[in-house]
Amino acid sequence: MRSRLGNLDYINVFLWIVRASIIVVVIWGTVATILDNPYSPRQWMDFLVFGVAQGSLYALIAIGYTLVYGVLFMINFAHGEFFMSGIFTTSVFIAIPMSESGFLDRNPVVGLLIIAVASMIVSVGVAVLTERIAYRPLRKAPRLVPLITAIGASFFWQNFFRGLLGSENKPFPQIASLTGTFPLLGTEILKTHVVVIIATIIMLIGLNFFIMRTKTGKAIRSVAEDKDIAALMGIDVDRTITITFVVGAAMAGIAGVLYALVFRQVHFFMGFIPGIKAFTAAVLGGIGSIPGAAIGGLVLGLFESIGPSLFLQGLHIPAFNQLKDVIAFTMLVLILIFRPQGIVGEVLAEKKA
Amino acid sequence: MADTFRSQLRQALRSGLIAGVITLSVSAIGMVRLFAERELIGGAVTMGQILIYAPTALLVSLAVRKMERNAPRVLLAGLVAGAVSALPLIVLIVFESLVDLRQFMPNISPELVEILDLGLGPAVGSLALLGVMSLAGIAAGAFHILPDHIERPILQGLLWTLVVGLFSEILSGRLRDFFGAGFARLIFTGKALRPAVALVLFLVIIGAGLFWSARRERVRQYISALPPRQRTRLRFGAGGLGLLFLVILPLLLGSYLSEVANNVGIFVLMGLGLNIVVGFAGLLDLGYVAFFAIGAYSMAVLTSEGPLGLGHLTFWEAIPFCILIAACAGIVLGIPVLRMRGDYLAIVTLGFGEIIRILALSDMLKPFIGGAQGVLKISKPPFLGTALIRPEQFYYVILAGCLLAAFVSWKLSESRLGRQWMALREDEDVAEAMGIRLVTTKLLAFAFGAAFSGLGGALFASKLTSIFPHSFKLEISINVLVLIIIGGMGSLPGVVIGALILVGMPELLREFAEYRLLMYGALLVVMMLAKPEGFWPSAVRRRELHVDEEILAIEGASALEGGD
Repeated sequence: MRSRLGNLDYINVFLWIVRASIIVVVIWGTVATILDNPYSPRQWMDFLVFGVAQGSLYALIAIGYTLVYGVLFMINFAHGEFFMSGIFTTSVFIAIPMSESGFLDRNPVVGLLIIAVASMIVSVGVAVLTERIAYRPLRKAPRLVPLITAIGASFFWQNFFRGLLGSENKPFPQIASLTGTFPLLGTEILKTHVVVIIATIIMLIGLNFFIMRTKTGKAIRSVAEDKDIAALMGIDVDRTITITFVVGAAMAGIAGVLYALVFRQVHFFMGFIPGIKAFTAAVLGGIGSIPGAAIGGLVLGLFESIGPSLFLQGLHIPAFNQLKDVIAFTMLVLILIFRPQGIVGEVLAEKKA
Repeated sequence: MADTFRSQLRQALRSGLIAGVITLSVSAIGMVRLFAERELIGGAVTMGQILIYAPTALLVSLAVRKMERNAPRVLLAGLVAGAVSALPLIVLIVFESLVDLRQFMPNISPELVEILDLGLGPAVGSLALLGVMSLAGIAAGAFHILPDHIERPILQGLLWTLVVGLFSEILSGRLRDFFGAGFARLIFTGKALRPAVALVLFLVIIGAGLFWSARRERVRQYISALPPRQRTRLRFGAGGLGLLFLVILPLLLGSYLSEVANNVGIFVLMGLGLNIVVGFAGLLDLGYVAFFAIGAYSMAVLTSEGPLGLGHLTFWEAIPFCILIAACAGIVLGIPVLRMRGDYLAIVTLGFGEIIRILALSDMLKPFIGGAQGVLKISKPPFLGTALIRPEQFYYVILAGCLLAAFVSWKLSESRLGRQWMALREDEDVAEAMGIRLVTTKLLAFAFGAAFSGLGGALFASKLTSIFPHSFKLEISINVLVLIIIGGMGSLPGVVIGALILVGMPELLREFAEYRLLMYGALLVVMMLAKPEGFWPSAVRRRELHVDEEILAIEGASALEGGD
């Protein structure tokens, strides 16, 4: 039997060499770092916690990619912009004035809830508009066409918000009761990280309930399974797809608030890199699967925070932290080459992959 | 009948509202304010005004297009839509007069409001705006009432007069160099067209349009009636004239415009390359800038006279190596993505592009390619004892590269390999079943695309004589993608048109450069929705993207036959 790709043999050999050399580099770097032992256990613990917090953010954004991919088989390239638009707008109009008037420090919980809801509303609004204008008319077009409009939408929103709210970095206010650390297992965790992790867990549980237990969730799952049959069963497919975008964008809106809490800065370009990384997370976990997005986000976050110090430092690479983004992109490429179905994903049919 | 008129009116209302929201958005992001600084016709028309009225005029004319030519109704619809489109702006004017919005939205400033309310203050200005917008709507409707053969020349006259006005700063500069300042001042007021000249120009273009539309059929018939030998000769003659024009172009353009032409040329090169990958073979590559960077860095390292230079080759010796290195990189990066399709391919290639940029920026490769400080002192191409330093001279190097690339692309598109790529684009499985070797075919597409881009990068490095990692951002890939989509995927003239519009315009007009990416994004969406085959489509592509309509037409026809 000849395989799908004519003379696959050379290609396979090449890919094997790539795989082997990466494994060798990683193991060599890890061993060298461990022998060198530059960090205390406490520092490793910090890396770990930061990785989990970062991974939670990726997971929340990745949900949006996974849900949309599940129903439309389309990479919603503009999803990073949904994430950015919510928190960027909310910071300028609500968070910064609220902090200046002192309201945010007096009522941090109420303030944060207002910020979260506003951020969600803006993200959802942008998502619904994008879906209505750029994606819905192209449902039947060749598959590259909606991808191209998604890229266009992404650049459009970035620069729209740049023009609307200014191109400079805006500081997200620091909330007095969230500064400082929280003791846990003999180490100190930043309170913001605790908030991020807890909020993510709550959101994920809520989402799981929504998708698995409610009627709308059932509709989303059936549309993901087969649009035509779902339509025959009396499900309004267009409406369900819009709801899918709404859910994904709401998650992204919350992720935006958490991101701003951790990094305390917002700007028009903040959606791009987290967007691509969250997409990586979604693919890593297995695109189309919600637990996959969560697991993928976590794994990617951990790799990114521990990776540079673990494999790259041992190789004596100068300024190894510069290569943090390379780790994420390399992982994306490697997964897509060697395990396109991701960690928990099913093997997708040719048509979907 | 009344019912359909009501629904048409509702449609017009909605179009007006959408136009209003668009105008509000372009005002709020600062475009109107910035564009208002550019005068098209002295003392009368600025680019900002065009930006305010154009969405209304455009959407109204789209909305009334389907209505029958019933003057009162069309005009009424235009009036309604125009008036509605003023409402969002009036809200903005009133709001701004009550609250200072600048702390939130830096571009909503008193200056903007002054442009919108025509300097008449909030109350009177709002009414004036309402009136003017209604007039714009009525005018757009009125165009629809005119018969086609009159409407078209008037539109062309309007459009070309405005285009000449848009470029008046540059044109007047060129006229001054050739015919003296007096002549230039006769036509232009320094930065804009003189109103009287604009009127004359408008009438001349209308006249020419009417003349041409009367003659077009006859000329076409005359050409198609020629014997084949003569027709070929005619075609060669036209090609020769075009070539001659390209050769003497730098003399007409002068130094600054030649530099712009050089940038356009580099993007034409990259566009031709990406056209092979995306347009012919249908592989959406978003990391195309990687090969551009590889070509540029190869040229830099091979020819630099600075401390990072390795080969100390001359430009001409280095060029083949740059192309070869880029082509090899194309193959190496192509192998892992052989099995991916469509969107996954796009994201992975985007990842490659970013990896290359981050690596170029990193301290790890600093000893070889300079990190953030880049590579300096890259040599210019020597020619007959002198170096081609000035843009007018370098133009010929780029022109040669573009002509070579265009020739290769054209030959490829007609070759066996080109047809294999197109088969691959249509359907991979079927292509394989027809005996096309997917691996070789795909890798060749990547290699050719990368080679063109590498050549572009090499020329870019030599043109600037120093390169830095920040020149190789994702934006470049997107820019190239947009230009081939605007021109029409798979179409060679389309690439040139796309590059002229998308690279040339922002270089010449600062305000376009400021909002370049915003417009690219919007253009991508609008093009995909309205004209996915581009402005100058290749025949194959046109058929492919409108396949559904054709099938519908055929089915409709057969259904009719069945009915008979």
